[in-house]
Amino acid sequence: MKKLHIVLLVFIATSIGLLISFMGNLSTYETIASAKQKEGKSVTIIARLDNSKPIEYNAARNPNYCSFYVSDTLGNRAKVEYFFEKPYDMEKAERIVLKGKMMGDVFQITQKDGILIKCPSKYTDDPNVAKKNLTEN
Amino acid sequence: MDYLGEHLLPGRIGHFFATVSFAASFIATVAYYKSASSKSVDDERAWRRLGRITFTIDGLALMGVFAVIYYIIRAHYFEYNFAWEHSSKTLDLKYLLSCVWSAQEGSFLLWMLWHFVLGIVLIFTSKKWESPVMSVLSFAQLCLATMIVGLYFWGAKIGINPFMLIRHTELFDAAPFLHEASTGMLKHDYLTYIKDGQGLTPLLQNYWMVIHPPILFLGFASTIVPFAFAFAGLWKKQYGDWVKVALPWTLFSTCILGTGIMMGAAWAYESLSFGGYWAWDPVENASLVPWLVYLAGLHTMVIFNATGHSLRATYLFIFLGFILILYSTFLTRSGILGDTSVHSFVDSGMNFQLIALITVFLVPAFGLLFWRYKSIPHIRKEENINSREFWMFIGSLVLFLSAAFVIAATSLPVPNKLFGTNLTIGDDATFAYNRIEIFIAVIVGVLTAVGQYLKYKMTSTRNLMKVVPPTLIAVILSVAISILGNIHYDRYGNGFLAAIHLAVFCAMYAVVANAMYIWSAIRGNLRNAGGSIAHVGFGLMMIGILLSSSKKEVLSYNTTGININFLPSAKQNPMENITLIKNLRTDMGKYWATFINNDSVDSRNRTTYFHVRLQKKKNQDEFDLYPNMVNTGKSPDDNVFNPDMHHYWDKDIFSYISAAYNPQQENQEDTAAFRQYTIGINDTIYYSKGYIILDGITPNPNNTRYHFSPDDTALMANMTIIDKDSMRFKANPAFYVKNNRIVPLIDTVFAQDLAISFNGVGSEKKLIFGVKESAAMVPFVALKVLLFPQINILWLGTFIMIAGFAISVFRRVKLI
Repeated sequence: MKKLHIVLLVFIATSIGLLISFMGNLSTYETIASAKQKEGKSVTIIARLDNSKPIEYNAARNPNYCSFYVSDTLGNRAKVEYFFEKPYDMEKAERIVLKGKMMGDVFQITQKDGILIKCPSKYTDDPNVAKKNLTEN
Repeated sequence: MDYLGEHLLPGRIGHFFATVSFAASFIATVAYYKSASSKSVDDERAWRRLGRITFTIDGLALMGVFAVIYYIIRAHYFEYNFAWEHSSKTLDLKYLLSCVWSAQEGSFLLWMLWHFVLGIVLIFTSKKWESPVMSVLSFAQLCLATMIVGLYFWGAKIGINPFMLIRHTELFDAAPFLHEASTGMLKHDYLTYIKDGQGLTPLLQNYWMVIHPPILFLGFASTIVPFAFAFAGLWKKQYGDWVKVALPWTLFSTCILGTGIMMGAAWAYESLSFGGYWAWDPVENASLVPWLVYLAGLHTMVIFNATGHSLRATYLFIFLGFILILYSTFLTRSGILGDTSVHSFVDSGMNFQLIALITVFLVPAFGLLFWRYKSIPHIRKEENINSREFWMFIGSLVLFLSAAFVIAATSLPVPNKLFGTNLTIGDDATFAYNRIEIFIAVIVGVLTAVGQYLKYKMTSTRNLMKVVPPTLIAVILSVAISILGNIHYDRYGNGFLAAIHLAVFCAMYAVVANAMYIWSAIRGNLRNAGGSIAHVGFGLMMIGILLSSSKKEVLSYNTTGININFLPSAKQNPMENITLIKNLRTDMGKYWATFINNDSVDSRNRTTYFHVRLQKKKNQDEFDLYPNMVNTGKSPDDNVFNPDMHHYWDKDIFSYISAAYNPQQENQEDTAAFRQYTIGINDTIYYSKGYIILDGITPNPNNTRYHFSPDDTALMANMTIIDKDSMRFKANPAFYVKNNRIVPLIDTVFAQDLAISFNGVGSEKKLIFGVKESAAMVPFVALKVLLFPQINILWLGTFIMIAGFAISVFRRVKLI
């Protein structure tokens, strides 16, 4: 057996090891309903801000607590608690990716980057948003 | 039909230029291909001449396109979709330029312009390689030109035409007020309704936006040169000859791409409120991965130059590196990363074209490699285990493995899309990468250190012993850091903490060994020390990253009494923001923090600076921070926040505003009045959001707030306020008697918009209080303050690494 072969074998074995360990730590996209089934487990949901309820954020009182309601495509709703400042332009977001845990009926996010907002104003290439802006002008 | 106020000529000229560039690059590709594959010298020359001419015409036409786009933006011709979508009248001149590359079409254009510049250099320098290399480059120009040509072929639209009129887009369908009510036709004076463009998002209005994209795109564009040389080598069956010529180009590419990436990191760190320089965001990864693969390719090229080994690996790495550039273009522009990245573009309907772009390079390159694989020369005799080339090769493999891991993790949305799976990285994305990459750092660090002391072919024991002194020094230094450096990052357990300490040693090892190598082996001749210098820089970068990340601290942990949350979830609450009320010195862990004012306003940029003073409790060290708030101009409530830093040589104190009261509401009059209550101890007063309990009174208080002596006549009330969410606050209103008159000292609970005054003593041991609830906002700022220790080591390392690369480029150019 050549040295190169040994090296490649080690290399492949390491890659497989890495892959397995990485896959083991992955989480899955869930709906609000299925996230409720997996209470306490870290999951990702894609949802839409529920505009019928206000975003609760009072920085003077507590700058580390922001709560709001989201609904997913199946029509389920949940309250979200985010223990950081309100993300910029969140009201305008078309969709929101949330990473956290469902605790009871509340989806709790304890990582700062647990909210990812596809924010229309960041890259204005989104035609839907451009349309919206045009009609508002 | 004519529309009022439209300027159609620039668009026609621009589109003409785009079409010329498309056609010229097509002819250039054919001409150079003919030249490269022709048998007779005359044919070769004639075709090459045509290739040169058309390639130059292509470049000039691209400049024309760029100039027209800039003109349209500059003149604010909002009838053009590009100007309307990406610029506005209020933008600074320098940002008008960045508008061009903030768009998909614009960034492709920038890419092509750099291709042109590189192509001109190649025409002058690459001699016998010109024709085959330039065929590849012209072909790339042709492919990219399809992205901006906006032509229709048999009904299929190819590319985005940057000169599209806004009325030709679908935008107006949703705007009935622009149409005649009777006919549904567009109003002839529709332009008068379009007052201003969408503008550049304020987050991008930063000088980094002016310089980072051009540098990054130069890095992107330059990766085609080594690829083209490798491809030419296979094509012309001159398998190894190209390596020497392409080596400076690979160095250049790695240097510039690295610079571009680190500029992005510096931008994120310095002027965006991301709170860091690297977040393993898919878009960041997408540019890091090709860089790592090119780094691997660079090392195998050096091996081949010195020993003749690793040529096949070189082909693989260089091809893969360039394909990864195209793949990352696909990832960031297809919208597929939409749910995983904050930076990516949204889908612009060019996905087919982007996939085709990858395919037209991937298939020929790997097809040819597969076909010719057996004829690529290689040395039968294996590398010695004590040779430099063996360990350099291992190092390249490790870099490649690291890249493979990062791109696999970043690409998760792709299998999700293809196979309908729904996998994603958990809520701690950074750690998912860090826990793997830290071991890569360990291996790379050691290899970088020891590798320098190994000789090609075979290393004698005597030579190997030279690595002992730097090893000892590195051990001593890194143990000193481990002991004195206060690295206690135990968030992920002791295993990870141990890995950090190990990685610090390995990074230090790389720095010390390479620095001593420059001094001992090359005798300080810096001109030949490019590689070692780059390694020192790389090691320093790793030290900087390890220390600044593991010792990063949130200084603004909300330790003050006023905002402690008694909700059940309070344990989860990281409480990284602290609220500072104007002029109220607030306890912030190791510091006192005071929000002094926000009087400094730059009205031209709609920027308000918040003046915050931090005072270290221990040694009274005092400094000011001016994080600012920029209004986007759309509404008074639409603001973005930019950070400010205080630099020390060994750390940065970094702060940004998370939220602030709106100064524009400040002048609202406070019309609420005090209501009188007469209560006893342990009685309660109700207010709209909760109740107040009088816990007791303290005569002549002497504490941090009041300083009365026993001879005074003063009383302080101790009150607890509990709001409807069970949040608790303390209030201590007081009064004292002066000249037989009661002087109340009002205490305010800003969080509850509550002011309480202690007005005196009534009959039957009752006490009189006044309570005022005011709707007016209190001037406050919610701030996040972070400490980044040793961040300067990272920037210093970056500079040194880039300098090392630059030195190597010059040396290798001379060696051709």
